[in-house]
Amino acid sequence: MTSQWLIVPVAIPAMTAAILVLAMRHSLSGQRIVSVAATALQLATAIGLYVLAGDGEPRAYLLGNWPAPFGIVLVLDRLAATMLLLAGLLAFGVVLAAIGAWDRRGRHFHALFQFQMLGINGAFLTGDLFNLFVFFEVLLIASYGLMLHGGGARRLKAGFHYVAINLIGSTVFLFAVGLIYATTGTLNMADLAVEVPQVAVADHALLAVGALLLLTVFAIKSAMVPLHWWLPPTYGSTSPPAAALFAIMTKVGAYSIIRVYTLIFGAEAGALAGIAAPWILPAAVVTLLFGTIGVLAGRNLLDLICYSVIASMGTLLVAVGLTSAAGLAAALYYAVQSTLTSAGLFLLAGILLEGTEGRGSPARLPQPARLYAGLYFLLAIAMVGMPPLAGFIGKFLILDAGRAASQIASVWPAILVTSLLLIVGFTRTGIRLFWNGPDAAATPALRVTPLLPTIVVVGMIVAVAGLSVLAGPAMNDMTATAEQLLAPQRYIAAVLRPRLALGSPGE
Amino acid sequence: MSMELLMATGIGALTAVGLYLILLRRSFPVVIGLTFLSYAVNVFLFVMGRLAIDRPPIVGTSAAGYTDPLPQALVLTAIVITFGMTALIVVLSLRAFLETGVDDVTLGIRPDEQPSDTARSEAPR
Repeated sequence: MTSQWLIVPVAIPAMTAAILVLAMRHSLSGQRIVSVAATALQLATAIGLYVLAGDGEPRAYLLGNWPAPFGIVLVLDRLAATMLLLAGLLAFGVVLAAIGAWDRRGRHFHALFQFQMLGINGAFLTGDLFNLFVFFEVLLIASYGLMLHGGGARRLKAGFHYVAINLIGSTVFLFAVGLIYATTGTLNMADLAVEVPQVAVADHALLAVGALLLLTVFAIKSAMVPLHWWLPPTYGSTSPPAAALFAIMTKVGAYSIIRVYTLIFGAEAGALAGIAAPWILPAAVVTLLFGTIGVLAGRNLLDLICYSVIASMGTLLVAVGLTSAAGLAAALYYAVQSTLTSAGLFLLAGILLEGTEGRGSPARLPQPARLYAGLYFLLAIAMVGMPPLAGFIGKFLILDAGRAASQIASVWPAILVTSLLLIVGFTRTGIRLFWNGPDAAATPALRVTPLLPTIVVVGMIVAVAGLSVLAGPAMNDMTATAEQLLAPQRYIAAVLRPRLALGSPGE
Repeated sequence: MSMELLMATGIGALTAVGLYLILLRRSFPVVIGLTFLSYAVNVFLFVMGRLAIDRPPIVGTSAAGYTDPLPQALVLTAIVITFGMTALIVVLSLRAFLETGVDDVTLGIRPDEQPSDTARSEAPR
């Protein structure tokens, strides 16, 4: 009975979005109430599911009660629960921050927002490769709408790039899915984990092409160099709440990499075991370097934040590329903190740059300027990985996990040097914004202080600080998650058990 | 054998045309190129269930054998999704053309002009 809860994170946003579009399209205040309530419900469900997954037992939900390899399954394990909770937390902050200003600047903000949550939650829960493609498309379609929310020529141009690259990505995803289906005869992830080691030797090359094409798709989503270039124009030209919500979209890519290359092409995949590992670590180090160079070269606040998101994805993927339990646990911890931090930075940039006609410097700072300077300072500390906030703990854990002799030569210099350069970049932008910036005393304080977004930014910082204080318990959970990922037998059993019970031959 | 050759070269030609068009500078060929690419992937997915001639995909009493029905279902989903996406990108490039007056996939704004653009000052509608 408890496993019925697995459909709820997908069902709530789907129904809410439909209600918002059909019944409440003319009442903005009604939309706000329903949207906030639905997002709060999603957060509550995510907390409940996180507790449920805490016993370490993966749970499967058979849609339409079709037995597993034939029907679509949703699977809740620790990783899915962690990502759901992160998405719920982020979404609750973002929906509050959007109320008041940004949801009024175009139609259907809340409906698009809920559709996006449908895609994100579904992508985290699904246990079927083609269904993952469908949820990717759902979240992308909604993100196109959110990205263009508010209109404007620059946004349209950047949006065209974003849609085009993701359409190509979808095509590549379908090619990969086709190759994998052709060689294994299944698309259920747990069933794939069973079938992949048994693929005939003659088909290994085809399957390997499929597996690596899939990595290309996930690399686009997670902004891995050389497929990162769409991110700065997209995130830099969209509205701040949308950019803050998009902070989780790169993590959907990272989640998919972790899921597919531990479960399907993990240690037990026979000839194809660890097929992505030789690519992830080098690409991640280059991503980290590119992101950092972008931060140094960025001329304004939004450039800085966008490239620091790429750098943080590089750091995260370095940890994933270590392919050890310690590395995965560090990657998850870092993913949670960097999502919250980058969302906070995007929202703060939205407050600071309000009414600046785009990407320039603010004409005057919102009052009290010291408060916003302090918020920037705290978020910058979290982003570059200085003590005492969670960014430091995350990077420390990644360094600790990368002590193996074969990895230390690339991981340690990359993370340590880029951290220093990120500090330089953030300090310079901070000085330009707040010390050499517009004189707060000289200009009349005409700007209304945006209350709700400010509270949300503070809330993001509090969440990051909480993650630092509770690093011990959090890491215990993350380590358990990583160990569960590296021992996928129980996941496979949870999905395929009904089939075995039916008495059909199990491989 | 000739069927396999025809399918393989057909998919190859569609993909090649699609890739060439996507790399062009105007947004209209890019959209057409994306369409070609999605045709290629649809045929590719269809063939992934192996080529079988005169075999039904659904259970029947007189059928001697079956073709794999799953790729057909996947293709149907893929067609619907890419159709929707293509419609969106057509509208998007039309809007971009109407707002900027150029049918060009470059951002249209040189990097050093970025601070003066007007993306955030658009009136709500």
